[in-house]
Amino acid sequence: MSGDADRSADGREEPRSPRIPLPRSSVEDTGTPLPEPAPAPPVLPHRVLKSLLGAWALAACAPEEAMAVEEHLGSCGSCAEEALRLREAVGLLHPAESLDLDPGLRTRVLEGCLDRRPPRIPVPEWAAPYDAEVARLDALLQDIGDADWHTPVRLRWFAGEGPASRRSTVAGVIAHLLAVDALVAVSLGLDEPLPVPAEAPTPQARTEAYWGATRHPLTRQVREPWRDQSHGLVRTVSFAGGGSGRLAVPYGDFELPLRDAMVDRAFECWIHAEDIAEAVDYPYGPPAPRHLHRMIDLAARLLPASLAARRRAGLATPPREARHLVAAGAPGRSLRLEIEGLGGGEWLVPLDSPAAVASRANEVAHVALDGVEFCRLAAGHVCPGDAAAGQDGDREAIRDVLFAVASLSRM
Amino acid sequence: MATKDAPPRWDRKMQQRLARGEAAALGELYDRFASLVHGLAHRVLGDERAADGITREVFVHVWENPESYDPKQGPLRSWVAALAHRLAVRRLRANEIASLVHGDENATEELERKVRRASVAARADYIVTSMPTPLRAALERAYFQRRDYRQTAADLGITEDEARRRLRLGLQLLATAHDTGPSGGPPGYGGAV
Repeated sequence: MSGDADRSADGREEPRSPRIPLPRSSVEDTGTPLPEPAPAPPVLPHRVLKSLLGAWALAACAPEEAMAVEEHLGSCGSCAEEALRLREAVGLLHPAESLDLDPGLRTRVLEGCLDRRPPRIPVPEWAAPYDAEVARLDALLQDIGDADWHTPVRLRWFAGEGPASRRSTVAGVIAHLLAVDALVAVSLGLDEPLPVPAEAPTPQARTEAYWGATRHPLTRQVREPWRDQSHGLVRTVSFAGGGSGRLAVPYGDFELPLRDAMVDRAFECWIHAEDIAEAVDYPYGPPAPRHLHRMIDLAARLLPASLAARRRAGLATPPREARHLVAAGAPGRSLRLEIEGLGGGEWLVPLDSPAAVASRANEVAHVALDGVEFCRLAAGHVCPGDAAAGQDGDREAIRDVLFAVASLSRM
Repeated sequence: MATKDAPPRWDRKMQQRLARGEAAALGELYDRFASLVHGLAHRVLGDERAADGITREVFVHVWENPESYDPKQGPLRSWVAALAHRLAVRRLRANEIASLVHGDENATEELERKVRRASVAARADYIVTSMPTPLRAALERAYFQRRDYRQTAADLGITEDEARRRLRLGLQLLATAHDTGPSGGPPGYGGAV
């Protein structure tokens, strides 16, 4: 018996030999010679013998059936011919290679194409991070097995004073992304994917509505609607054009211009992709530097409003000159946020009011953070007290800003 | 996978969108076919970077010449696969010729054998990924998990007759990978499977 030998990748060394190769050993007798003496093969009708050819070629029938087939092949030309053909076909079966496409390849290929033939309808630059991040997560999802979709994932964020979390699964996280991306999609006139209306138009309520709508656990079925919606979104904003970036997207408690909402969705997609990758034990890297830069920039621009909200809630120190608030457009105390690494940069954050103008002259503190660490803080995955940040200057201001960064996160 | 059940309407619309110069359509095309293209190229060339290069060539070609696809001739997926196959085999041949000693007849013969082997292997991969899921599932049990056809039948909740039928039919489809032209092409990535 040739055993494993004829499983070799291109084990067809004898291309035109008329001899029919013997099947590989079957499970029962792997490694051991065929039992001797063999019992007489059963007499089977031609129809059955023919139907056994596939199983025989794969060594997936009982030994007595294999013997019956082999005996038959000596006397039946058409079966012998087919048997040879099927045995050769077995040699073409390869284990599927795990094709981890380099995520950077997508960008390179697409850019190469667009250089050769400039698009008449480009994807707006502010939608590029979303397009790339969704494709990256989708490639990960393509690689995982059915069971992985039920792997527990804990959604984590920072709620006012401390960390908060919610149990879900890989499929549940994709449903979450689908339900929240739909805030943007619906505002552009795309179909509402929620099967039941949400109690409030907020990311959390929408997610709960999606999760609650089905009595069965979510499965990989959720991938397709999520992916279709994201393709629809990229397509729609492309047609709407760069100018559509100012359209307001309502998030329930607040709103973001479309150009920022798309960066926000890209950010969420990456952060949750990391949650998923960690849960199913897959490597996952940060976004491309220029996309990361847009995400950091959005967070930095949202900081003054986050700080003001924390003040209103009594969670942050009131401005120094509480009695005479800084007039809108006037320079106020500022914190210099220095983000290191690829995609980083420097931002001046006005401390006293979102309407104040930050200025270098009024810098009272300086914080330095790595870009990815900053994003994890903004995602509520790192606590403000634990963030590895270089600090210099007004301690209170620094603390308030770090907490304001974490408070940008939500479910 | 969703891809192989895509209606021809999707193919036609995709072609129109590409012709219209919609960058978002190019992204969707990539998302749907990149792993197919890359996988075929990798099977032929056995090299990651070379497969990256073929992937780029394929998408550039489709983006620059969307009208060269005729929806009446079959699914876009088959057309893209055939294009990837053609470009990869052409590259393999060029690589091999470059390293060939002139006038050595054995070497030329060996080259043709190699090209043909790579070509058949790539087409076989395509057939496996494109065949109906029930057939593929049966083959996977019997071959990769070394289940006999009775166990395969039990695993899949089908009769033993049906298990035998699926294994035979699956291999019959796979065997058509050998039915290529004399020089390893054209591969005929038909819509039959």
